[in-house]
Amino acid sequence: MRCRMLLLMSLLIGSASAVRADQPQPPADFVPVENAPPGEQIPAMPLLGAAYGFIWVGVFGYVWSLSKRLQKVEAEIAELESRKR
Amino acid sequence: MTRSMLVMLALAAGMFAVAPWMIDAAPYEATMGLVYKIYFFHMPSAWMFLTAAIVAGVASFRLLFLKRPRADHWVTAAAELAVLFGAFTLVSGPLWARKAWGVWWVWDARLTSSLMLFMIFVAYTLLKKYGGPGSDKLGAGLALFGMANVPFIYVSVNYWRTFHPPTSVVPTLPVEMGIPLWYCVTAFTLLFIILLRMRARLEYQRERVEALYLAEDEA
Repeated sequence: MRCRMLLLMSLLIGSASAVRADQPQPPADFVPVENAPPGEQIPAMPLLGAAYGFIWVGVFGYVWSLSKRLQKVEAEIAELESRKR
Repeated sequence: MTRSMLVMLALAAGMFAVAPWMIDAAPYEATMGLVYKIYFFHMPSAWMFLTAAIVAGVASFRLLFLKRPRADHWVTAAAELAVLFGAFTLVSGPLWARKAWGVWWVWDARLTSSLMLFMIFVAYTLLKKYGGPGSDKLGAGLALFGMANVPFIYVSVNYWRTFHPPTSVVPTLPVEMGIPLWYCVTAFTLLFIILLRMRARLEYQRERVEALYLAEDEA
């Protein structure tokens, strides 16, 4: 019984150290580089496109909504004035 | 829509159609590269945002202290434009910052006070839409408070620590960057004037509809 327990414990300890050995080791120090790696750089074009796209869509949308609202009210005025006559 | 409004709208549309070529011709900036070109629409949007807040504040003063009830149309028009141009500023700014600063947003004095101004005018439009009777005067008070924020927003970059470029950038711009910037400022100013006139006209016409319905009920 005692031998079995010792065997089990040694197996557990052995496997734990094996798992620890498989894990990637943290870097011992930070290494400076001149430029960020290509995968890390933020591309400018999608940001530029998103900014201009948002403003263009916003301007068109607002002008369209405003002209629709104006047309609706002016049609209502025309109808009310024709009823008045 | 009146004939003069259509002419101005066509002129503004023409200027906006040419703007991409003007911006494309501008040189790259040494540290920010391509992304700085957001500036050509971001800065005029921000100026129109602050101008809208000033127009709303002046019209609110006329409404509250000079007892001009029709000034309310101009407060409503300018407040809606403050929300529109504020949204342009607060969306284009973080898109620029993501590349230039590495973050979308920082809680510095300029950005935080601009967000506050935007929220004041969003609150104004909600108040006018759902506030019921008396909301015009309450809203005018809010718009006056919004206008009081404008000088603080403008000078904030010169007095508090921030990543945001200071106000001295504009007068010191090289000519090849200044020409597209002032072209875009002109296009945005024209757009702002025409939208302000159209939105105020909508309010006048709504008032006319109400008067016509009242006259019909009385007859």
